[in-house]
Amino acid sequence: MTDKVITSENVRLYYGEKEALHGVNLDFKKNEITALIGPSGSGKSTYLRCLNRINDLIPEVTVTGSIKMDKQDIYAPNVDITELRKRVGMVFQQPNPFPFSVYENVAYGVKLAGRSKVSKAEMDKIVEDSLKKAAVWDEVKDNLNDSALSFSGGQQQRICIARVLAVKPEIILLDEPTSALDPISSYAIENTLLSIKKDYTIIIVTHNMQQASRISDQTAFLLDGKLVEAGPTKEIFINPKEKETNDYLNGKFG
Amino acid sequence: MDQIKAKLMKPSKETKQETVGKIISYTCIVAIMLLVLLVLYFIISFGMSTFTKNNVNLWSFLSGTNWSPGQVDAHGNPEVGALPMIVTSFAVTILSALVATPFAIAVSLFMTIIAPKHGKGFLQAIIELLVGIPSVVYGYIGLTLVVPFIRHLYGGTGFGILSGTIVLFVMVLPTITSLTVDSLKAVPRYYLEASLALGATRWQTIYKVILRAATPGILTAIIFGMARAFGEALAVQMVIGNATLMPKSLLTPAATLTSQLTTGIGNTVMGSLPNNALWSLALILLLMSLVFNIAVKFVGSKGDLNK
Ligand SMILES: Nc1ncnc2c1ncn2[C@@H]1O[C@H](COP(=O)(O)OP(=O)(O)OP(=O)(O)O)[C@@H](O)[C@H]1O
Ligand SMILES: [Mg+2]
Repeated sequence: MTDKVITSENVRLYYGEKEALHGVNLDFKKNEITALIGPSGSGKSTYLRCLNRINDLIPEVTVTGSIKMDKQDIYAPNVDITELRKRVGMVFQQPNPFPFSVYENVAYGVKLAGRSKVSKAEMDKIVEDSLKKAAVWDEVKDNLNDSALSFSGGQQQRICIARVLAVKPEIILLDEPTSALDPISSYAIENTLLSIKKDYTIIIVTHNMQQASRISDQTAFLLDGKLVEAGPTKEIFINPKEKETNDYLNGKFG
Repeated sequence: MDQIKAKLMKPSKETKQETVGKIISYTCIVAIMLLVLLVLYFIISFGMSTFTKNNVNLWSFLSGTNWSPGQVDAHGNPEVGALPMIVTSFAVTILSALVATPFAIAVSLFMTIIAPKHGKGFLQAIIELLVGIPSVVYGYIGLTLVVPFIRHLYGGTGFGILSGTIVLFVMVLPTITSLTVDSLKAVPRYYLEASLALGATRWQTIYKVILRAATPGILTAIIFGMARAFGEALAVQMVIGNATLMPKSLLTPAATLTSQLTTGIGNTVMGSLPNNALWSLALILLLMSLVFNIAVKFVGSKGDLNK
């Protein structure tokens, strides 16, 4: 039981009066990739965004239930949200590098408070390692001082992954990271995730069933704000317990 | 068949309308261009005649510190040294922009990021109101409030660069603020999310990402504010003291290029040296507005994020 990094129990989220998550119970194991699947509007992003409390930005959001990370409730009043977000990195649907150089993008998170005593050489090393891990080093190494926006969408997304890796999070959340990308770039990112998973716990939202089956260890199926079922990816894909899951995987709705 | 052909060959009603429309718009464009050329011709030819007809040396015009165009100095040269006005114009412009910019940035941040709800209503209304107030009203308020206050505080007359700066500060604040608001709004919201998701605080995000991404826009806003301050005549004239002396401090009466123009233009005879000298001041203003324009273009092109 000790290998569970995150446990969430009866998570309900309200946008104002409207309940968007109706009590989600879901756990995540260390060094596993979990795929969150489900039709549009089923609450995948909403749930994912609870895990690093980025939903806090939206006014009138309330979350009940409990989400624990290493047994610590992340919604407890004394939790340092910036510290939480350093532990739980996030990659968004649209590649969103800052309009700075590649180097500055990757160094950004490291330079933030508390870690400012990093020397130039150390920083160079962190930037290089992160870009290598994100499998984009070879493509950007000669242009580290060019604006990150001058690269292709797939490269930008991998720069964003490198930017998250540089902060050394334990958990990485990805919200449809490849939906804006061509198959080759998507494939590169999938390989990136597989190659880094030994050091991280990864949770990825995806609409691409092949992608979910290729890379994830666990799959969770959400429908209308409810968790229909979750389990090892093979079981979910080959032998789902619920009829709704089966219908969705066979393209009967969603 | 012939009927169709005839119909095709004859211009339709729509085509005729289009021709008429084109003629009207081209006529307007030509008229406006002529007007602009005329204005430029006037300012340049009159402004240059100080140097061509009245044989004033350009350098002594720009560097001379005595301005009494009706008189001649010991060497028999007319006293048309514009440096005091140039210096004063730059002083009030730079000082007011310098003071207004931090306020403008703070207010804009408040309106766009910190409390966008209040920003949209109340503050927006105030900013628009401030823009709409005619400059003579600012000048009048400056004359009745600022000048006596400065006099009370520091002695002297109360007229001078400091009073001018304070009045201009209030006048350029809404200009710089509303343009800064625009440039902050243009910063994509996902930068905020991306930064917070990396463990940045709100303030770190604001000064490391948002302000940085908005810098070209903010610089443009400052330049527009400076252009407004540089060109403002009436309000400045009412509080600056209108003494064409080299400013020794912020508290002594002085004159800007614009205030000297408004003060002097009624008292000179067309074609005379004192009149031509004023046109030369106008020429400097024209060149400066050109400089501001180029600066805006330059900053704008530098700020292209996709470069
Ligand atoms: N900011 C918001 N305010 C109010 N309701 C919201 C907000 N964001 C999402 N919702 C609602 O919550 C529900 C779940 O949305 P969510 O974005 O989590 O779905 P999703 O599964 O990520 O869908 P997609 O696959 O299209 O991204 C939807 O009904 C949506 O309308
Ligand atoms: Mg979503």
